[in-house]
Amino acid sequence: MKAHDKEAYLQEYELLKKKGKPFFPYAVLKDAAMALVVTIVVIVMALVLGAEQGPKADPTTTTYVPRPEWYFFFLFELLRVLKPPEMTPVAMIGIPTLAMVGLLLLPFYDRNPERRPERRPIATTAGCLTIVAMAYLTYLGATAGSPTEIDMEVAPQYEAGKEIVAQAGCLACHTVGENGNNGPGPELTHIAADVPRAAIIRSVEIGPGIMPSYRDLPPEQVKQLADFLSSLD
Amino acid sequence: MKLPIPAALRRPAKPGEGEGGNGPAPANLKDAPPRPAEGPGAAETAKEAGIDVVGWVDQRTGASGFLTGILYRKVPKGTNWFYTLGSATLFAFTIQAITGVFLAMYYTPSPTEAYGSITHLTNDVFLGEFVRGMHKWGASVMIILIFLHMARTFFFGAYKYPRELNWVIGVVLLILTLVMGLTGYLLPFDQRSFWATIVASNITASGPVVGPYLADFLRAGPDFSATTLARFYALHMLLIPGAIIALIGAHLYLVVKLGTTAPPWLRAEKPKPATPVVEVTAGTDGGGDGARGR
Repeated sequence: MKAHDKEAYLQEYELLKKKGKPFFPYAVLKDAAMALVVTIVVIVMALVLGAEQGPKADPTTTTYVPRPEWYFFFLFELLRVLKPPEMTPVAMIGIPTLAMVGLLLLPFYDRNPERRPERRPIATTAGCLTIVAMAYLTYLGATAGSPTEIDMEVAPQYEAGKEIVAQAGCLACHTVGENGNNGPGPELTHIAADVPRAAIIRSVEIGPGIMPSYRDLPPEQVKQLADFLSSLD
Repeated sequence: MKLPIPAALRRPAKPGEGEGGNGPAPANLKDAPPRPAEGPGAAETAKEAGIDVVGWVDQRTGASGFLTGILYRKVPKGTNWFYTLGSATLFAFTIQAITGVFLAMYYTPSPTEAYGSITHLTNDVFLGEFVRGMHKWGASVMIILIFLHMARTFFFGAYKYPRELNWVIGVVLLILTLVMGLTGYLLPFDQRSFWATIVASNITASGPVVGPYLADFLRAGPDFSATTLARFYALHMLLIPGAIIALIGAHLYLVVKLGTTAPPWLRAEKPKPATPVVEVTAGTDGGGDGARGR
């Protein structure tokens, strides 16, 4: 922004301000009306939605997969979209840091004196895309299935196995249908097409590669788990 | 009835208003003369005393010029409801501060007692669940409002000269508000908050350069421990709100000093060159017209 642009803006602003109204009572009235709306919304939300208390924190559980507050869903989704574990720091620290620095420095790299959004196509498009991306990621985060449930229609004889897969913590690394984290483990939705039943049982017991061993599961549960997984083709 | 606004806080008269021939009728023509039996009543005396106190304070602080400068500063033509988002965010913060104080009266920041103190607050304390609900949902409302306020500022180009610094302060306020959300999430100490915090601090630890140190600072050590909760409590209750209040002060100071932007579509009609505009400044202008002082 050049010196004469600055001068022109200040003059223009001075004229607009002279035509304006005093802050009190005109703007104050609008602000007060808005404050009333905010209060009513917060009170209604408090009354209708309440403040539930979950089960007490238990550091010994290992299967509880946490979910953040909704306004962090877009970060949480970023983590799931960039799946390989070595990408996690990029998703969680790199991208947010870049976004923060980009926001902080906005007035210093956007030096276009124009203020009307329709005459700032790059800025307006970038702003709209950011909003759409954040809204979409928030939506994905909100609709991602519960981490300890599998929303899948299965024959009754596989229900028990489905429950075990959901509860044992498999979903922390594997996707089954709509549920679970995509990685680092392979997707299990069609696992029976590639891996025979015996190999599934072996994997659960020895835990190949970085996968932990589940040999502490009772043999009956391992059998049910294998029944369920080998039905997925 | 007219409110007893002390003279110091009354709107400064425009030139030609007040004492002129067309001004309001002199007081002795408007008010009925007091009836002989009535002296100044007790209410009357109290009113006078109140005004005296304001006058006394004003004489010693000179606050009236500052206040009238803020209250009667001109807001440009065309400001609309989008311009209430900033004050609405401030109001949401006030709700958080007030409900937060009441929650703090019942909360115990120790890993063994925190959960129980919330149960007690929710089930036994009068309006406890309601106030906790307001604090919980007020946080979401504040986050939404702060993003809307930022979107308005962005699309109206209001971050440009001369308001760049106020944009920077606003972004820092946004980050601090998100940190409030993060630190406050642990305090109820249920499964959800505990595991979400574990993940959040592990992710912080994987950050570049300062990441591990920041995570150690947050957790008060290499692992989540008994002190972690107290640390989050102190951050959530003292350090970050203090920083937010200070920055809101700076943010508002700059808003008053530089003035509210006009909608970008608005163009001023150029004054006719033959009649130069004569600037008449009321003597009590505090900081409201800084943009003029170039």
